[in-house]
Amino acid sequence: MRYHFVVCMKQVPMVSELPWDSRSGRLRRDLADGMMNPACKHALEAAIQLKDRHGARITVLTMGPVMAEEILREALAMGADSGILLTDPKMAGADTMVTSFTLARAITRECPDFDLVLCGCHTSDSETAQVGPQLAEELNVAGVAYVEKLDLQHHTVRLEREADDFLETIEMDLPGVVTIATQRYTPRYASLGGLQEAFDRDSITVIDAQGLGLTPEQIGRNASPTRILDVYSPAAQKENIVMRGSAKKVVEDLLDQFGDQIAAAIGKDLKPNG
Amino acid sequence: MRRFQNSIWVYGDYRNYFQNRVTLQLLARAVELAPEIDADVCAVIFGHSVDDFVGEYIAHGAQKVYVIDHPDLKTYSSETHAALLTHLSRRFSPEIILIGATDFGRELAPRVAKRLGTGLTADCIRLSIDDNGLLIQTAPAFGGNLLAKTVTPACRPQMATVRPGTFQELPHNDDAVGDIIPVTMPEDLPVPRARLMRSERIPKRAQRLEDAQVVVCGGRGMGSKTKFKKLFELARLLGGEVGATRPVVYSNWIAHDALVGQAGKHVHPQVLFSFGVSGAIQHTAAIADADLIVAINKNPEAPMMKMADTAIVADANQVCSSLIRELKRRIRE
Ligand SMILES: Cc1cc2nc3c(=O)[nH]c(=O)nc-3n(C[C@H](O)[C@H](O)[C@H](O)COP(=O)(O)OP(=O)(O)OC[C@H]3O[C@@H](n4cnc5c(N)ncnc54)[C@H](O)[C@@H]3O)c2cc1C
Ligand SMILES: Cc1cc2nc3c(=O)[nH]c(=O)nc-3n(C[C@H](O)[C@H](O)[C@H](O)COP(=O)(O)OP(=O)(O)OC[C@H]3O[C@@H](n4cnc5c(N)ncnc54)[C@H](O)[C@@H]3O)c2cc1C
Repeated sequence: MRYHFVVCMKQVPMVSELPWDSRSGRLRRDLADGMMNPACKHALEAAIQLKDRHGARITVLTMGPVMAEEILREALAMGADSGILLTDPKMAGADTMVTSFTLARAITRECPDFDLVLCGCHTSDSETAQVGPQLAEELNVAGVAYVEKLDLQHHTVRLEREADDFLETIEMDLPGVVTIATQRYTPRYASLGGLQEAFDRDSITVIDAQGLGLTPEQIGRNASPTRILDVYSPAAQKENIVMRGSAKKVVEDLLDQFGDQIAAAIGKDLKPNG
Repeated sequence: MRRFQNSIWVYGDYRNYFQNRVTLQLLARAVELAPEIDADVCAVIFGHSVDDFVGEYIAHGAQKVYVIDHPDLKTYSSETHAALLTHLSRRFSPEIILIGATDFGRELAPRVAKRLGTGLTADCIRLSIDDNGLLIQTAPAFGGNLLAKTVTPACRPQMATVRPGTFQELPHNDDAVGDIIPVTMPEDLPVPRARLMRSERIPKRAQRLEDAQVVVCGGRGMGSKTKFKKLFELARLLGGEVGATRPVVYSNWIAHDALVGQAGKHVHPQVLFSFGVSGAIQHTAAIADADLIVAINKNPEAPMMKMADTAIVADANQVCSSLIRELKRRIRE
C-alpha cells in the first residue's frame, strides 16, 4: 500500500531578526525574512520518516503570499514530492476558521486520496494551535493534536503523545489529521544541492481563490468571525514603576505594590506578620 | 414567557484537578465579567460520577451547572466532549464560552468553535468587556513579544481558551447554592474515530526552567560566582528556578542549560526577577512573555529596566539579600 500524506506548512517571520520599530514598539512584519514555521518542519520530518518506512507520496501545502513558495521548495529539497501554493490577495487576513476551511477545500479537490494530513502543533507567530483540529473537523475525519510518535498499521495509525500530565497511546482511523509536537522528529537539513535542484523542479501548483471555486465572501478577512483590534508590544503597556532607596526600603515597596501578585505565583501568603 | 437570560459558560476541565485549577480560576473571572452583560455564570461538565466537581464549581462561583453524567463518559475524549459541548451550546445559546488552555482544552475548543461556526482566541491572558458588551480577548503572539486584542463581533458564542494561572480563584464558599441541571446523554453520539488505548500519569519531573512560574535571572551585574549563588536561595524560597545571561554561563557561574535567550531557553513565568542584567535583545526576546517583570540594576537607563513592570535602581546583591531576609520573615510555613 502506498500512502498519500499532505503536510500543511506556514511561512512565519524569522523571530531572532524581528525588525522592531523601537519608537512605537511595533513589529515591521513587512521587513522580516520568512522561514518555514519550526513545528511544520517537524511535521514534514515525521512524514518523510513514514515515507521511508512504508512508501508514500508527500504533498506539501501552504496558504500565503507568493513568497511562501520558498518554504515549499525547501520542503521539496528535504524530501517532499510536490507542493501546492494557495495564494490570492483575497485570502489575506483569514482567521483559523477560514484558514482551515480554505486548506480543506484544497485538500478535497487536489488530494482527495489523502490518508494522513500532518500539521505543526502551533506556529511561532500567532501561535493559536487551532488550524489542525479545525482542519480535522472541516474534512470530517479523525484528528489528534500534539503527537510525538506515529506508527502506521494499514487503516489505522497508533499515536503517542503527552497531553497535560498524561502519556497517551491512541489508535486513530485513517484518513485523519495529526498535529506534530516538537520533541521528536528533529528535522533533517536540506542539502545545498537538493535546494538547487528543488528550485529547478517543476512540481509546484499555484492556485488562487477562483481555482478553488471559492468566492471572495467565503475567504480571507471577509469570512472570518474574529477581528483583531490591536497588536502591540506588552513592554509599551507596562507602567514601568521606578523604585529607589535603600535595599530594605525598595524591598518593602516592592512587596507593598506587587506582594499579592508574587504571592499568587508562589502559592504562599506574603502579608507582613502581625 | 421569561426573558432570554444571557450566560457565560466555563467548561469543566477536571482531569488534573487538584493541581490544575484553571476551571475555578475562570469561574472567578466569569463572576467579575457577568454583571457587565447581565449574565449568569454557568459551568458545564461531562463525565461519570462527577458530583464532587459539581459541588466545587458551585462553591467557587457557578450559579448553574449543566451536567452530563454517563458511564460511557469515563474516558476523557476530545471528540466526544466536542460533540457534547456543541450540543449543549446549540440548545442553551451561551453568550461566551471560556475553556482552560490545557492541552486538552486547546484541542477541544477549536473543534467546538468550528462546529458552531464561531471565532476562537487561543491562550488568552486578559479578558474584559467593552462598551458594546463584546468580550475583548488578549493573547500573546511571537513568543510573548507582542499581544493581540481580538473580538468576535457577530458570531455567537464568543469563545476563548485561557492560560492557567491567569486569574485568581474565589475562596471556597460552603454556603453557595446553585442549580444543578442534569442533561441526558444524546443518543446519536458518533463512535470516536480516535480511541484512547492507554493513558498513564507521567511521574512528576523536576521542575524545568522553561515551565517555572517564578524565574530568578542573574546577569554579569551580580558581580561574582559567589555572589551569584544567593540567587539560588532566593529561587528556592520562591519555588522558582534560576536563569542566567550569556556572560554568566560563559564565566561558569552556572551550568550552560540555565542560559535564557535566543541561544538558550524561552521562559514564561508569572514573575521574573532580573538582577544585574542589561537587557540585550538576544536575552529579552526570550522573557517578554513573563506576566510581571521586576528588574534590579544600578543603571536606570538599562534596556532591561525600561521593559520592567518595576525597575529598582539599586545594587543587585544588596536587594537580593534584603529580599531573602524579608521573604523568610513573611513566609509562614
Ligand atoms: C497577532 C495575531 C493573532 C491572531 N490571533 C488569532 C486568534 O486568536 N484566532 C484566530 O482564529 N486567528 C487568529 N489569527 C489569525 C491566524 O494567524 C491565521 O488564521 C493563520 O492563518 C493560522 O493561525 P496560526 O498561525 O495560529 O496557526 P496554528 O493553528 O498555530 O498552526 C498550526 C499548523 O497549522 C498549519 N497551518 C497554519 N496556517 C497555515 C497556512 N496558512 N497554510 C498551511 N498550513 C497552515 C501548519 O501545519 C501549522 O503548523 C491571528 C493572527 C495574528 C497575526
Ligand atoms: C548571536 C548572539 C546570541 C546571543 N544569545 C544570547 C542569549 O541567548 N542569552 C543572553 O543572555 N545573551 C545572549 N547574547 C549576548 C547578549 O548580547 C548580551 O551580551 C548579554 O545578554 C549581556 O549579559 P548581561 O546583561 O549579564 O551583561 P552586561 O550587558 O554586561 O550587563 C550587566 C548589567 O548589570 C548592571 N550592573 C553592574 N553592576 C551592578 C550592580 N552591582 N548592581 C546592579 N546592577 C549592576 C549594569 O548596569 C548592566 O546593565 C547573544 C549575543 C549574540 C551576538
